[in-house]
Amino acid sequence: MRLRRGPTLSAYVWLTVAGIYFLLPLFATFLFSLNKNSTGKCCTVASYTWVIHNGDFWHTLKISLLLAVETIVVSLLLFVPTIYWVHLKLPRLRPVIAFLALIPFVVPPIIMVIGLLKVYKGSPDWFYAKPWGFLVASYVILAFPYTFFSLDAGFRSIDVHTLTEASQSLGASWGTTLFKVILPNIRAAALSAAFLTLAVVLGEFTIANLSAFHTFPLFLQYVNETQAYPAAALTLMSFGLTWGAMLSLLLVGRKRGGSGGVFGGAR
Amino acid sequence: MFLFLPAGNVMLGAFNGKHGGWTIANVRLLFNHPYIDSYKTSIEVSGVTALLGGAVGLAVAYAALHERTPRWVRSVLTTFSGVAANFGGIPLAFAFIATLGSIGIVTAFLRDQLGFNIYLHGFNLFSKTGVEIVYLYFQLPLMILVIAPAIDGLRREWREAASNLGASSWQFWRYVGLPVLMPSILGAIILLFGNAFAAYATAYGLTSGAVNLVPIQIGAYYSGNVLDNPHIAQAMAFGMFVVLALMMMIYIPLQRRAARWAK
Amino acid sequence: MAYLELQNLHRDFGTVKALNGIDISLGEGEFLSLLGPSGCGKTTALRLVAGFDRPNRGSIVVDGKDVTNVAPSKRDMGMVFQAYSLFPNMTARQNVEFGLRIRGRDKADRGKRVGDLLELVGLGHAADRYPHQLSGGMQQRVALARALAIEPRVLLLDEPLSALDAKVRVQLREEIRRIQLELGITTLYVTHDQEEALAVSDHVAVMYGGVIEQMGAPAEMYTAPATPFVAEFIGTMNRLEATVTDGSQGDVEHAGMRLRVDAARGRRNGERVLVLIRPESLELEAATNGAAPNAFAGEVLTQTFLGPVTRLKVSGSGTNLIADMSTARAAALPVGARVIAKIPSEGAKLLSLPDDGPGLPVLDPDDQ
Repeated sequence: MRLRRGPTLSAYVWLTVAGIYFLLPLFATFLFSLNKNSTGKCCTVASYTWVIHNGDFWHTLKISLLLAVETIVVSLLLFVPTIYWVHLKLPRLRPVIAFLALIPFVVPPIIMVIGLLKVYKGSPDWFYAKPWGFLVASYVILAFPYTFFSLDAGFRSIDVHTLTEASQSLGASWGTTLFKVILPNIRAAALSAAFLTLAVVLGEFTIANLSAFHTFPLFLQYVNETQAYPAAALTLMSFGLTWGAMLSLLLVGRKRGGSGGVFGGAR
Repeated sequence: MFLFLPAGNVMLGAFNGKHGGWTIANVRLLFNHPYIDSYKTSIEVSGVTALLGGAVGLAVAYAALHERTPRWVRSVLTTFSGVAANFGGIPLAFAFIATLGSIGIVTAFLRDQLGFNIYLHGFNLFSKTGVEIVYLYFQLPLMILVIAPAIDGLRREWREAASNLGASSWQFWRYVGLPVLMPSILGAIILLFGNAFAAYATAYGLTSGAVNLVPIQIGAYYSGNVLDNPHIAQAMAFGMFVVLALMMMIYIPLQRRAARWAK
Repeated sequence: MAYLELQNLHRDFGTVKALNGIDISLGEGEFLSLLGPSGCGKTTALRLVAGFDRPNRGSIVVDGKDVTNVAPSKRDMGMVFQAYSLFPNMTARQNVEFGLRIRGRDKADRGKRVGDLLELVGLGHAADRYPHQLSGGMQQRVALARALAIEPRVLLLDEPLSALDAKVRVQLREEIRRIQLELGITTLYVTHDQEEALAVSDHVAVMYGGVIEQMGAPAEMYTAPATPFVAEFIGTMNRLEATVTDGSQGDVEHAGMRLRVDAARGRRNGERVLVLIRPESLELEAATNGAAPNAFAGEVLTQTFLGPVTRLKVSGSGTNLIADMSTARAAALPVGARVIAKIPSEGAKLLSLPDDGPGLPVLDPDDQ
């Protein structure tokens, strides 16, 4: 019988509008990036090759990726057990933490940095010298909203009490319960927290700049100020890189099967 | 902690006088031009992008999460939103300049192909409107990310029951869908407001400080231009906190209501 | 003239044939249950009637008009879902009122009708509570009232009682039937609980694998199942695989024993058949004097106390039989007692078994 099971008309409309809005600027950047340095017009991939051959590009990218990984690890180590505990024993605390999770969103990074610099002037050297320590801590806080909401959604989609009680009745310790039972079940949520954090770190400019660390976004900024066309190429590449990283994490998570998280969906 | 100490420090600083001692003169100053203007502009820009981003974000998120839309659309949209929500500053400004600036591709297209020169009709990317358009690029994704879980919570049975009882799509939204989602939507809009209010890098990258926004003013002080009285900048920051705190106070009871429907 | 007709309905999901040709004819005011295990297609069929899904082939006719292509909001049918269907932001009263509001009835009209319906389902006192303040049973009553408010042509119920407690289930199903009879609404009811289906319906259609195995009055389904599946699914049944030895006399042979079954008369010799005996038809006696005609000798394996009736499992000659008898009499036959089970020659039914067919469908292996 005449059965059309495709998306509704309004879905098409909205998604197309969104698609155009999002992709046009990227496309414009792309066109721009193909311009030759000499003539200011199309078409060459010289900008891209310049980026790829630029030592600073790889150097700062590595630093930022490393920062991201550390931020993710620290975040997960800190927050997974905490949120697990809150869900299990202190559900009334949850709204409070949710509230706290919103603050990084609205406090301007500028304020944070200025205040931070002032307050921590006297900290030990190792804290400052390398990007780790200070920056990671700041990023953990900056990404907290994303990590919290992803993990929280994951925990809400599983029956924490039943799983924990079942595990303990079978003789497992807290550690075993956490790692072998709970963690696998919120894998999707943890993954989505991870790549949202990745996006935050790879896009964060203000704090790194004002604290004079050499991260990838800073490199981006520098190129922007000096060479227009390669800057466009670089912008596109960084966007694509981040998006690609997220998609691949998503696929990895999907293959192992998972539930809940920001991407889960209740159907 | 990393958050409260610096914040507290700044807040206190707002009340310090030029030559030491406590005073509220700085805060009083805020109510004059040009400071009050920057607050007005900031609030307007934030409000517009929050409402627009909220409405469009809701529609787009619902479209992507609809049961008849293929699964991959949701994944693509969510990952893209994750990146886009953090895409800001100079690169974003740049991308839009390349699109809607005086030599941007859309500008050129409209001018050359359709004979419609938007700049002659008063459009300017480096204005308040321009900032709003650009801000939407990260406001929209943020809305999508935040409202998606709430949309998931809309049970399919409600939609079907409404349809079964004779309701059209619009009637469903009006009587069931929107009321149930409203606390989440309002909460999200407040979030978007705060997000826009605090944004700095993008506006700066776009206009180099031409548009009068609160963070820009603060930034101006710290980049060494007018270090006459650094406490004024702190006072401005304090003003920001007040505005944001007010928003938060509206947010909390809303969240509580949202939790009720979820049961 | 049938009021509701399902004609040759097919619904495929990719390669899976959820519905493979369903035909149903229901008269006005009649109550039909679609009964079957999960995945048999009963909910699919219901959703097609409601309009939430379109069939690949076939049509749905209500009161003479083809509604197959009509949108669900225009079909004038009331549906009660399994759970969670009440609008959480409205009170019970507002929920019930919803359909009327959409249709533009004025406030006074609505108020009266809603009040009457809430009384009908016994919830007058809880009218202004929100769904999360109501128990599961109460929520379903509201859902029923809501569906009835619009005076639907057909009432559809999708396993409305599955999520409720046992006692509430029994109570509510009787109420549903009472209301349905009072209002005379044509009703289609989906369930996997055969007791429920048998208790409230005018007709029962047993479904399996996307087709209707058998359709008929409850009593008929119980006493004369037409296929092995139906025999398994409805009630508890003893089934013995046997071969016809003498068709003229109605003799069959099972596990080396010769039994007389009236239903076997006229069958071809050598034909493989399934002998079906209800537990309550088996007569058990203590085995005092050796063998008896048409009976099994065996030993009581287990006794299961079911209240007024006790179920005994008897094992002998490699066969297990289940017999129900009054608890009083069962006391005389404790576990381990040697008994004989008399098979009533008229009481047993017969079904053909295909010569090389697949085994019988196994539903609840520990139930038999």
